[in-house]
Amino acid sequence: MQLLEWIANIPTLINHHNELLLMGLWLTVKITFTAVVVGIIWGTVLALMRLSNIKLLNIFARGYVNLFRSIPLLLVLLWFYLALPQAIKYLFQLPPYADVRIASAMIAFALFEAAYYSEIIRAGINAVSKGQYHAAFALGMTKGQTMRLIILPQAFRAMIPLLLTQGIILFQDTSLVYVMSLIDLFGASVTQIGMAQGGTAKYSMIIFAAISYFVICFSASRLVNYLKKD
Amino acid sequence: MDFNWTLFFEPTPYGDGIYLNWLWNGAVVTLSLAITSWVIAFVLGSIIGIMRTFKNKWLNTFAVAYIELFRNIPLLAQMFIWYMLMPEMLSGALKTWFIQDLDPNVHSFILAAIALGLFTSARIAEQVRTGIQTLPVGQKYAATALGLSKLQMYRYILLPNAYRKIVPTLTSEMTNIIKNSSVASTIGLIDLIGQIDRINESTNSIVEILCGVTLTFMLINYSVITIMRLVEKKTRLPNMMSGG
Repeated sequence: MQLLEWIANIPTLINHHNELLLMGLWLTVKITFTAVVVGIIWGTVLALMRLSNIKLLNIFARGYVNLFRSIPLLLVLLWFYLALPQAIKYLFQLPPYADVRIASAMIAFALFEAAYYSEIIRAGINAVSKGQYHAAFALGMTKGQTMRLIILPQAFRAMIPLLLTQGIILFQDTSLVYVMSLIDLFGASVTQIGMAQGGTAKYSMIIFAAISYFVICFSASRLVNYLKKD
Repeated sequence: MDFNWTLFFEPTPYGDGIYLNWLWNGAVVTLSLAITSWVIAFVLGSIIGIMRTFKNKWLNTFAVAYIELFRNIPLLAQMFIWYMLMPEMLSGALKTWFIQDLDPNVHSFILAAIALGLFTSARIAEQVRTGIQTLPVGQKYAATALGLSKLQMYRYILLPNAYRKIVPTLTSEMTNIIKNSSVASTIGLIDLIGQIDRINESTNSIVEILCGVTLTFMLINYSVITIMRLVEKKTRLPNMMSGG
């Protein structure tokens, strides 16, 4: 059968191009990592804005989260690929030929994921029992101290599995940088090797890409489940 | 920079109305794809989710494998697999018809609907399973005590309760599927995202087009949420104030 033939061709193809594939994987990891770190920080700020008493901050955070949650990630990426690079180049005084695609992909993912992270974090903060606030205030702590020393540490501990699961989803979503013609793990396997080789190589490489993502994400989610039990 | 904000009301070079018509066509394709895939996802997801609650080891393992498989591969890769491999798997007259005679947009639509439907079915399966498993265990006992068979127990007791319980998550899956359907533009479907390139080719004003498409998505999302709120209110279980 054809399918088995395509699968049998995979090892030779990856052996010939392992450097390209590793570079692709490295880009995927870089984008995921920045998006998770920046997304969690910005998401925490947004969540605190949402919970604050200052009306303006509240409205801003709500508008931000609703905007990013109602449009597809792909559309955000297209904004950052087709329209905003000009603005970024203008702001940072870069020459017109500068390639800001990787930076704009990272910014796009971080801004987009922050909206999702902020909802997780807000739920986490709300889940901390009210007694903790009362106790902190009774000890004479200010509002900022209460958040920083009492509430957030507890909320984050409870949220770690959810934040990691969101990170795994993000890892899969980074494959969408395909529309920015960046070479991540997916781009390296399918476009750079599969399509460029011609013939049946593309069939082999798309199967390979699917298997790689499956292995990485499946192991990662098993790990998260294991952490959850401790 | 000067923007042309009346762009969508200008006539297209092909004489088929104004650009707003193109945007509308894109929205119709996006919504039809979302609804088609949601139906596929709902049917398959229910079957797999129910399987997951069975004691039978084989059926259970199959359901777990199915869910893990579709959850751990990016949607983009799944779309490409269906788009590139499926037509090759067909044979004879069916293959020629599917590859050559079928309108390319319909061709992409069918494959995208399968891909998106299967992708979402794994998520729905998990929700159906949670819905059934979080029902009070007394319902099962009561059904058995009344002498209902297993089929009757699922049909009359467990499923009606479970579905009404998970309506809120099923509706949020509807908004997800609309957003996820945008990935179909990578396999050549002219949906809302696909129209961006098409309009940009003849107008060259990307910022205005992106604004228009973003607004359309927000509008769709808002309308879907409003409709779903009504559905949730109608189907809410009387003894659960929060609606599950």
